[in-house]
Amino acid sequence: MQLWLIPVFPLAGFLLNGVFGRRFSKAAVNAIAIGSVLLSFCWVVKTLLGLGDLNAAHTEQYFTWIQSGSLNIGWDFTVDRLTAVMLLVVTGVGSLIHIYSIGYMAHEGGYYRFFAYLNLFMFFMLTLVLAANYLVMFVGWEGVGLCSYLLIGFYFDKKFATDAGNKAFIVNRIGDFGFSLAMFLIVVNFGSLDFGTVFTSVTGKSEATLTAIAFLLLVGACGKSAQIPLYVWLPDAMAGPTPVSALIHAATMVTAGVYMVARSAAIYTHAPAAMEAVAIIGLATAFFAATIGLAQNDIKKVFAYSTVSQLGYMFLGAGVGAFSAGIYHLVTHAFFKALLFLGAGSVIHALGGEQDVRNMGGLRKKIPWTFWTMICASVAIAGVPPFAGFYSKDAILAAADQHAPWMYWVGVITAGMTAFYVFRAIFLAFFGEYRGKAHPHESPLAMIGPLVVLAALSLAGGKLFNIPEFLAPLFPLAKETGDIGPVIISVAFGFAGIGLAALFYLFKPGLPDQIVATFGGLYKLVYNKYFVDEIYDAVVVNPVVGGSREVLWKGVDAAIIDGAVNGVGSQARGIGGVLKRLQSGNIRSYAAWVLLGSVVLLLVMGVMGGLR
Amino acid sequence: MDVILFLIFAAIAVICGFNVVVQSHPISSAISLIGVMGSLAVLYLLLGAEFLAAAQVIVYAGAIMVLFVFVIMLLNAGAEIRKGRSLLAQVLGIPMLFTFLGLMAFFTRNMFPGAPDVHFGGFRHGTALDVGRALFTQYLLPFEVVSVLILIAIVGAVVLAQKEME
Amino acid sequence: MSAGVPISWYLILSAVLFTLGVAGFLLRRNVITVFMSIELMLNAVNLSFITFSYQLKQVNGHIFSFFVMVVAAAEAAVGLAIILTVFKNRSTLNIDDVSSMKN
Repeated sequence: MQLWLIPVFPLAGFLLNGVFGRRFSKAAVNAIAIGSVLLSFCWVVKTLLGLGDLNAAHTEQYFTWIQSGSLNIGWDFTVDRLTAVMLLVVTGVGSLIHIYSIGYMAHEGGYYRFFAYLNLFMFFMLTLVLAANYLVMFVGWEGVGLCSYLLIGFYFDKKFATDAGNKAFIVNRIGDFGFSLAMFLIVVNFGSLDFGTVFTSVTGKSEATLTAIAFLLLVGACGKSAQIPLYVWLPDAMAGPTPVSALIHAATMVTAGVYMVARSAAIYTHAPAAMEAVAIIGLATAFFAATIGLAQNDIKKVFAYSTVSQLGYMFLGAGVGAFSAGIYHLVTHAFFKALLFLGAGSVIHALGGEQDVRNMGGLRKKIPWTFWTMICASVAIAGVPPFAGFYSKDAILAAADQHAPWMYWVGVITAGMTAFYVFRAIFLAFFGEYRGKAHPHESPLAMIGPLVVLAALSLAGGKLFNIPEFLAPLFPLAKETGDIGPVIISVAFGFAGIGLAALFYLFKPGLPDQIVATFGGLYKLVYNKYFVDEIYDAVVVNPVVGGSREVLWKGVDAAIIDGAVNGVGSQARGIGGVLKRLQSGNIRSYAAWVLLGSVVLLLVMGVMGGLR
Repeated sequence: MDVILFLIFAAIAVICGFNVVVQSHPISSAISLIGVMGSLAVLYLLLGAEFLAAAQVIVYAGAIMVLFVFVIMLLNAGAEIRKGRSLLAQVLGIPMLFTFLGLMAFFTRNMFPGAPDVHFGGFRHGTALDVGRALFTQYLLPFEVVSVLILIAIVGAVVLAQKEME
Repeated sequence: MSAGVPISWYLILSAVLFTLGVAGFLLRRNVITVFMSIELMLNAVNLSFITFSYQLKQVNGHIFSFFVMVVAAAEAAVGLAIILTVFKNRSTLNIDDVSSMKN
């Protein structure tokens, strides 16, 4: 089935645009970039249609990559139902965002570079998804981290952008370290990194080993999918262009962690402690990030914390055993979160770069298409039935309720907060009077088109794509309880959130300021993201940097290593200086030295017993 | 008889050698050196080296030392002034010399414990005939080479001297 | 027949003369005197060669001595020519002053 073509199309796009893009016209760059992704998407569709019902995985092996002793790792791709879902999301949403970028990046510098990086990202993400063993997945994992760094720091002349890129890469590295350790453990215990081999031999291993592996994989997932404590890079990543935020930090890269956990379900189901940790971390992240999102004023930051929060939901779903619910939410989240970001990008583009909601307002008349598509996304994320978010969020909450009711309640409150902060942003941006100074204009067709498509998917996608049913052969469906109570409660909370937002920002605009004044301290805490970045700086970053500078640089490198090398040099010079005095030019002293030497020789000879 | 002769001429040799080192005017050293060579020639005779004794007197005392005297005369070399000396040579040299001498003596003592005594006439094959025979048969190549060496020396000396006179 | 002279005496004499030559070489400043000390050393060596030739009852020692003499002659000739040239250039016979190869 030539699975390898799926990632290779974008790779070719990257190579062409990267090497020759400087000389191409904008149209040529567009054609190559969009064409490669669309070709990839078409090939995905063709492959999936050709593979039938995909009850069994279809694997293709290309070449042996590592052969060391009994360890044999090949470059293999595999497609099963889970892969199919991910492939469609990545290539489909990816294509839409590529098309959107034509409009958004039209006036930016480095045009070809942007599309080259975007294509490279697609290559790595598809490699990650198609991987049939942990190492190939890790290649994709690292690769998307690299592309994330390149794209966050795309405006490389702005320090905050390059700093954000560094932060993303470094924090991801911590997660990758966990992933690597997990891989080492897997190799030691299972003798192979192939998914097939590992997942079928899980039952024979001790629970302690599996729990250790699962925890380490979780560390990796926390890094890539921005969960506590490694989420700090995602809000800063908003320094990159908005299509990047939509593609990488909403729809695809950050979901890699969820995908990895779902893929390793066999390991996790046999390590209940780790699963519990997944659920708790996910829930805590969801709640925590939602609270921060309540107080942010940068529209992209609101959505960034929203992404962290929704990723927490996906982890919650996986942690309580509802892997397919987590994937379901992954799919719907891709639709409405990408749409939210692209819409925000459209707003920013319309206002010539303004990102602060306090300087927006009344835009619904000026940019109607953007407004209506964002409304679609907002109702989807708020969990309003029968739109996409409702089905997926409900599936997760139902599973959480069955696992532990307190988790359900926390999840529900978070859902309410989600609805609140999203609609807060909407009301502040699109309603009321325009508070800014720019001239809002509607975005070009290249940007509107994908918005419309995503809006349609956000509305209908939930009903249309019943993911849990589709994934049933992999992840058995939970029993239907028929209990409609939890559903109603969560919907009610959603509406309550919308209503509260309307109250604060539509009807009684003075109310938020009063509340801020009353709860001044609490507001400051939330607004400053609980000072987590500052705490990390003080506790981790500064000691490491300081230690590195003082101990390792000044102490070891300069003093010891340089000192040793220079010391050898100066010793040689010193000895040379002493020996130099032998060359006095005085013949008689030379003779004296010769005599001395011969005396020594004779002494030695005498001691050794003469010439006999 | 041999012993007395040996002792006399050995004493002359040592005294003259000492003189060579000690005298301040080079011409006195040169004369003393001639004395050394003369006494050595006698000692060679005692050892049965007739040809070499003659060669010693003719070549060494007769030619080389004359050359030395000529150069001393040409350079108008005066007595040495007692100025500062190489400290190293002084400090190191004298003890070294004594050590050196002692070691050499020690070695010579130990290496030949049962060697025969030297009698005048104990070795009869040091004649010109014997030397000549060996020289032209066994040592022909070195002989020829050495003649080339002399030629080179002549040429070198002439060249150097010529430059000096211009 | 009177008692002969022990061979070692000749060798010791040779050693003494050699040491005297070394002493002269180290302690004298006049370059011509230094040269003469070298000649003294060569003579001492000649004596020991001939002594050994007597002991081994062979004529080879004599031949060696002969060659030493020849070489000494050649060396004396060339060396004195050099001394003349150096004197011409530097007007000094002091061996310590000919030290332009210092360091």
